[in-house]
Amino acid sequence: MKVIIDSEKCQGHGRCFSLAPALFDSDDLGQGVVIGDGDVSPDQAENARLAQENCPEYAIEIEES
Amino acid sequence: MSTTDKAPVQDFATDFDHTDPSWVKDPYPIWDDLRQRCPIAHTDRYGGAWLPTRHEDVAAIAHDTDHFTSWTVVVGNGRPGEDALPPPIGVAPPITSDPPFHAMARRLLQPVFAPKQVDLYESYVRELCGKLLDPFVGGSAIDASLDYAEHIPVGVIAKMLGFPEEDGEIFRGFVHTILEAVDKEPEERIEDFQPVIDYFTARIEEHRENPQDDLTTFLLEAKLGDMELAPEHVFGSMLLLIVAGIDTTWSAIGSSIWHLAQHPEEVARLKSEPGLLDTAIEEFLRAYSPVTMARLVKEDMDYAGCPMKKDDWILLSFPAANRDPDMFENPDEVIIDRKVNRHAAFGLGIHRCLGSNLARMEMRVALEEFLARFDSFSLADPDAVTWSQGQVRGPRSLPLTLGNF
Repeated sequence: MKVIIDSEKCQGHGRCFSLAPALFDSDDLGQGVVIGDGDVSPDQAENARLAQENCPEYAIEIEES
Repeated sequence: MSTTDKAPVQDFATDFDHTDPSWVKDPYPIWDDLRQRCPIAHTDRYGGAWLPTRHEDVAAIAHDTDHFTSWTVVVGNGRPGEDALPPPIGVAPPITSDPPFHAMARRLLQPVFAPKQVDLYESYVRELCGKLLDPFVGGSAIDASLDYAEHIPVGVIAKMLGFPEEDGEIFRGFVHTILEAVDKEPEERIEDFQPVIDYFTARIEEHRENPQDDLTTFLLEAKLGDMELAPEHVFGSMLLLIVAGIDTTWSAIGSSIWHLAQHPEEVARLKSEPGLLDTAIEEFLRAYSPVTMARLVKEDMDYAGCPMKKDDWILLSFPAANRDPDMFENPDEVIIDRKVNRHAAFGLGIHRCLGSNLARMEMRVALEEFLARFDSFSLADPDAVTWSQGQVRGPRSLPLTLGNF
């Protein structure tokens, strides 16, 4: 499982890095960024979905492996 | 003309007015009704305005900067005059700016409001909240709006801009001039605005002479490309911070406390599960979203069957979008552990509230400090609670009874 942020859609609402701080961070402008290559360990799968389901801009995609 | 002179609204579908007393008292049933039968309402008031009530339409308009301009974002009787900076800049960049200028003006301010920068103010906010609340500990009453919520963002914004903290009363007057007195005639509003101009001009001059490590000096020294910001841009951005940063957060804190004052079981739960507070705050933001924005229609067009005319207002109700049953299960129920909450309280699209990280931090600290000091609190008199009029909704008077019962 992998998370991706569509940076065209992201407006920096900050829901992803608040809900899943192990998977997302904010850059110097406050936009969401994926940590590392976005791989989601099994214990983070629920947080990944939570981040996806709470993004007001529908900017988070999850690729199932 | 003041609100009291206006004809009361008979049908919100064809003659809505967001300053009508029934809307100010309780707008939610009005939106529910419109959502089912319109869903985009119209009024001839304010020179013509439209009100989308479904999340889908609010989101589409918020994202559509081709057909809708942000030139002004507060609905009033007039339209921006010749003195206003023209689109794409507007009077208070970047909130009144359109692409492509918007991105530059916003990028300039974004680092200041990024989460890591905002966190630097947390200890100040906590200290301020403590100072406000401690005199009431052991007492039996507090006005959670007048004695508490309203002072928090005032203090934070004054600190950020490097303005005297004791000028809070002056800022609150400005906010009223700009946001609440929308039903006055344009000439009267221009007259009312002069003290705002004088105050800011004085602060700008002080900072030019004595640069400080604050946002005012930051704006004065900022550059877009090689150019310093136009004086109107500096003025407009400072104005934006005062207007957008104060009664919005004040309202959000006040509405949250108003809700909790009626739900002691939720107070108990938040005290025993402090980790739930962030989730609860998102739900308060959804259910009691304080901020409604506005757009102007750029050219005559048909939108979803509505014959929109150039310069018609769109009253862009994020609060109504956040109560749309097509978007949220049981939207009128406040569920403090609601897990899926794709709310739009901070707007959608390129104008997402620049201060959202700051607002959330202020809400969290304000509620933490409040809950830490009072075991129980309830509305002293539900009818004594008064709500603001205009595009920012929150309790302006919120008398509570405090107790250890």
